[in-house]
Amino acid sequence: MPANSVFVNSALVNSVLVANRGEIARRVIRTARRLGVRAVAVYSQADAGLPFVAEADEAVLIGPPPAKDSYLNAEAILAAAKQTQVEAIHPGYGFLAENARFAEQVTDAGLIWVGPPPDAIEQMGDKIKARNLMAAAGVPVAEGSAEPVADEDAAVALADQIGYPVMIKAAAGGGGIGMSVAANEQQLRSGFATARSRAERFFASPAILLERYIARARHVEVQILGLADGRVIALGERDCSVQRRHQKVAEETPSPGVDQSLRERMLAAAVKAGQTVGYLGAGTVECLLDTETGEFVFLEMNTRLQVEHPVTEMVTGIDLVEQQLRVAAGGDVSFDPDAFLAEGCALELRVYAEDPVRFLPRPGTITQWQEPSGPGVRVDAGYAAGNTVTPHYDPLLAKLVVSAADRAGVLARAREAVTGFAVAGLTTNLPFHAELLESAEFCSGNYDTSLVGKLRT
Amino acid sequence: MAEIRAEMVANVWKVVAAEGDSVTDGDTLVILESMKMEIPVLAEGSGTLARLAVAEGDVIQEGDLIAVIE
Repeated sequence: MPANSVFVNSALVNSVLVANRGEIARRVIRTARRLGVRAVAVYSQADAGLPFVAEADEAVLIGPPPAKDSYLNAEAILAAAKQTQVEAIHPGYGFLAENARFAEQVTDAGLIWVGPPPDAIEQMGDKIKARNLMAAAGVPVAEGSAEPVADEDAAVALADQIGYPVMIKAAAGGGGIGMSVAANEQQLRSGFATARSRAERFFASPAILLERYIARARHVEVQILGLADGRVIALGERDCSVQRRHQKVAEETPSPGVDQSLRERMLAAAVKAGQTVGYLGAGTVECLLDTETGEFVFLEMNTRLQVEHPVTEMVTGIDLVEQQLRVAAGGDVSFDPDAFLAEGCALELRVYAEDPVRFLPRPGTITQWQEPSGPGVRVDAGYAAGNTVTPHYDPLLAKLVVSAADRAGVLARAREAVTGFAVAGLTTNLPFHAELLESAEFCSGNYDTSLVGKLRT
Repeated sequence: MAEIRAEMVANVWKVVAAEGDSVTDGDTLVILESMKMEIPVLAEGSGTLARLAVAEGDVIQEGDLIAVIE
């Protein structure tokens, strides 16, 4: 279903440097090249042989393997942008994507930042500030901290108010790191100390918050897009309840747990959240849906392109990276924001270099890489045969995305695609996905974030 | 005597135990980091930590010796 392209303002960046690696760098480069936008890759010494480097119009080596010396090295990336004379920088996700300081450095260098204003990143980057901001705007939030929890005793006092179990989180956190659930005071005291040390280490900020823990919840998020004219629109939801260690492994749209009236309320809340921070470009508002009460609360906002954005693309026919590149240049989007349709269902399976039982990372060298193909099958891969998957970066190898007219069709197609995905030389979680697609609970659509845990006990 | 070896390529993030410690089954000895994930290395069996073969910041390969419990 191609989107109608009627532009009043067809502005688009003419060149873009992708400050990322692996599948997302390759995916951004693919759209840039399709649009005739010159694409520049940057890469670390560990990634010289990866497809995204070969497929870019130009590629610049920015440093040794550790992320802090390469993909997190703002100066090296800005120097590469200067050297290749690009007009814009696309940060992908992770690394510097939600670093407001970097976004500022990019614009200060006279370049276009393909993302929201640094202010919006900053406001949403602190989970406590974001909660307060959302509550003030009338977006529902879970009961919890309005300011950083000072110490263990303050945590215990707050938990007594909220009621156990509580969720302990790093205010500057993301990706599930440093999160834990405490069922009682003893667990809270030890969990608080651990969360602090991890927050300090991973996010350089010890601020911790507590939130009421919702025992049976679905993780449902809304894709939003802030347009150049200031409007914010919602492009539907994604259900990301299939998680291990609070990290997503499979995502689908529409959510089997959301009916039309709830959908309308969630999309309206997400638009409100975007408007509140003057959002521009692609962003995601994450919510928890309490399956017992049917109520949802704001969790956090990811101020960048989301890993699982392809499921939205599969049902809308809208290329989100294209819209990012257009909006960043002040242009119109390539579809009619007042009249677009989402049709059918889509599912993304994250293929990780990890064992399918304990989900522990398994770096290694890929000797065979055969992707499935066919109608309704899309693979966004970061690697090919002959590549080595190193321990320096996260274990995502590829995203297998399938779509069909209905959910049963998606599941059938996904089973076939998983079987047809042949990877050898290293261990992947593809057998887990085969198991997931046979799970009665997942297939019923009536599942929550406890699903993976149940499959492993 | 039990030898504990690395299951994967990883960096040694934290050394929790020290040589000479008495440890029980399931105690965390060392925390590794690989692919942005923390992986605790646990004591397999109880006894005395006779040897700790890694230090914080080391890069270890699959099969490398981490600790010996006697």
